[in-house]
Amino acid sequence: MSTVDQLQQQFGSAIIRTESFRDNVRVIVTPEAVHEVLKHLKESLGFNMLAELTAVDYLNYPDAVDRFGVIYGLTNLDSGERIFVKTYLNEPDLTLPTVCDLWQGANWLEREVYDMFGITFAGHPDLRRILMPEEFVSFPLRKDYPLRGKHERHNFPVITRAES
Amino acid sequence: MAMTADFFISKLDYVANFIRANSLWPMPFATACCGIELMATASSRYDLARFGSEVMRFSPRQCDLMIVAGRVVMKMVPVMQRIWLQMPEPKWCISMGACASSGGVFDTYAVVQGIDRFIPVDVYVPGCPPRPEQLIAAILDLQDKIRKTGTLFGKEFQERTTFDGPAPLHLELNQAEIVTAPGSYESSTRLQ
Amino acid sequence: MPLELVDRVDEDQLDQEYNWTLNFGPQHPATHTTLRLILTLNGETVLKAVPDIGYLHSGFEKLGEDLDYNQYVTIVDRMNYISPFHNEVAWHHTVEKLMGLELTPRCKYIRTILAELARINDHLLCVGAVALDLGAFTSFLYAFNQREAVYDIFETVSGQRFHPSFTRVGGLMNDVDDVFVQKVRNFVKQAPKAINDLTRLLNRNRIFVDRTKDIGVLTKEEAINRSCSGPVARASGVTRDLRKDEPYLAYRDFDFKMVCAKEGDCYARYLVRMEEMRESLNIIAQAIENLPSGPVNVDLNGKVTIPDKAATYRSIEGLIQHFELIMTNRQWKPPVNECYGAVESPNGELGFYIVSDGTGRAYRARCRPPSFIHFALFPHLIEGHQISDVVAVLGSLNIIAAELDR
Repeated sequence: MSTVDQLQQQFGSAIIRTESFRDNVRVIVTPEAVHEVLKHLKESLGFNMLAELTAVDYLNYPDAVDRFGVIYGLTNLDSGERIFVKTYLNEPDLTLPTVCDLWQGANWLEREVYDMFGITFAGHPDLRRILMPEEFVSFPLRKDYPLRGKHERHNFPVITRAES
Repeated sequence: MAMTADFFISKLDYVANFIRANSLWPMPFATACCGIELMATASSRYDLARFGSEVMRFSPRQCDLMIVAGRVVMKMVPVMQRIWLQMPEPKWCISMGACASSGGVFDTYAVVQGIDRFIPVDVYVPGCPPRPEQLIAAILDLQDKIRKTGTLFGKEFQERTTFDGPAPLHLELNQAEIVTAPGSYESSTRLQ
Repeated sequence: MPLELVDRVDEDQLDQEYNWTLNFGPQHPATHTTLRLILTLNGETVLKAVPDIGYLHSGFEKLGEDLDYNQYVTIVDRMNYISPFHNEVAWHHTVEKLMGLELTPRCKYIRTILAELARINDHLLCVGAVALDLGAFTSFLYAFNQREAVYDIFETVSGQRFHPSFTRVGGLMNDVDDVFVQKVRNFVKQAPKAINDLTRLLNRNRIFVDRTKDIGVLTKEEAINRSCSGPVARASGVTRDLRKDEPYLAYRDFDFKMVCAKEGDCYARYLVRMEEMRESLNIIAQAIENLPSGPVNVDLNGKVTIPDKAATYRSIEGLIQHFELIMTNRQWKPPVNECYGAVESPNGELGFYIVSDGTGRAYRARCRPPSFIHFALFPHLIEGHQISDVVAVLGSLNIIAAELDR
């Protein structure tokens, strides 16, 4: 029985749909069930490596229903199989349970998703900005933030030659 | 009786410039890809030590040339300013690469569009990354500049009191949209 | 970074007055560019290391939404700037996977050869930098001298020493000629000498071995738990190499070994990298002898590749094809879907997650950076070691700041 079928059997209602494109198999789940699905995949089905944790902002996407999507990419090191678990989030409740207890590699990946998109992870040991400076207030990778920023990059004092 | 040269008469400025130009010790402020070309320039094929840059000291207190190689991000600007202020006089700055000179390919929210907006720069080296020969040409240009305009007590530095960097970007936002986020080098580089 | 966010160490077990904090700042002598570590030390022993990154964050992913599939390859180059060609291979591998294109055999072979040359470049710099940080200046010069030979080959092919920006959707910028073949053959003949020199200098060097053996030990379970890949994981016993497990390009045709080790310390990572360089030379030698002939870009009627100059200027179809792909409102029409593609870069599993909305620009171009994930390992590896081991461990993880921060 394939992995997707096993998941359907185990979780039934939590799985919204499954997709497959090129060689990526995607399983779309509800935000509440994410942690159980990933735990089941890790412990019972052998997907022991978290390859990818990222988010997408679907604000300007054609036919988008929800605003944010969070994607978890898992790999089964023994069989080489990959599976992608995806969940959708909408404002105002942009929180998900953290998977740091399952994989410690998720610590920094979740911090980066928080820094870039503003999605918080409940239970994360140390959720703060990782790539932008601490004082930064916006979430850069959201679609409503312009490419060139809001003038933060030039907001520093100038040192002329005579002063230095 | 043979002609012997016992006295050497010259201007003090000339002697000082000669010494300073021919022993520029760089401090590589290597941030990104240009840093690798800087290391390649210091390696055996294009040897930078031939031109006096014998050692690359990483301590700012012991160098007189800061080579900013690579893109400078807004989080890094306070660090760069602090290091520039730690260097003792006389000091010069080379901005190496397109990203340090003007932001390069990265016209984004995080990259400073030219370090000359915050640091006084003496020589710019274009290229992405500049070939080692271009960097050597820049060092030779700087040596020329020192020989021609240097003084013993560094008076030419005190005359540069105004900001001689680029004009603000013409795509400026109006005041209401500006978000002030980062700080100055005094606050952003402390641990507490 | 405020100090109060650093957790307190157990106060009853340690002598309070000897704990001090050292800022291993963004500008530091170890040649690994802009990363910052805040180390809490007891004398010389590192108790806790808190990394602070973001000093090179340039907004790559946001730029990916602004540039099209062929323009972004210039930016992707600048991520892992020590083996730039690999980033291009990863990007276009994912884009071609998204669009469902199959490359010509000649293109696959040339990309494989250049990718393996980039891998040798990366490992040479990593080994050279580790040696430099530990004090061995000669190895650094030997490694850099050998890298110049690889730069020569890249310059012949694309005009730039590094950041070649050579791949395009469906093929390459231009085809290669006999000069390239000759240079690669010469390289394969004379590169083993440099690698042997480095081996003789470092492998049984008492100082190097003492400073890297049993330092920064990473067990296999930890490596899997923390999502490691590449030489860092393989030196801990994880037998995963995407060139063998999910073969892409022309790796199916070649006979090479996957290099693994069991100990997981810095010395094992060094040995894995040296052996991988030899395997790469093996692959290049096999590839250059069997280079297939034929076109390098995917067929013109496929409407995805920019035609060469002769066709653009001399035939009306070529001109139209060029126009269609360059003008910003026309470009490619990829399927409206998302795709993840990964390759085995010298640092680990370099993957791109591309979300496309049907236009010529990616809607979201996410890069899965191996350096980012490996740097998260660092606090765990350095605990209990001395301060001089910080550079050894940092070097052996091959952290590249631009890939770390993007």
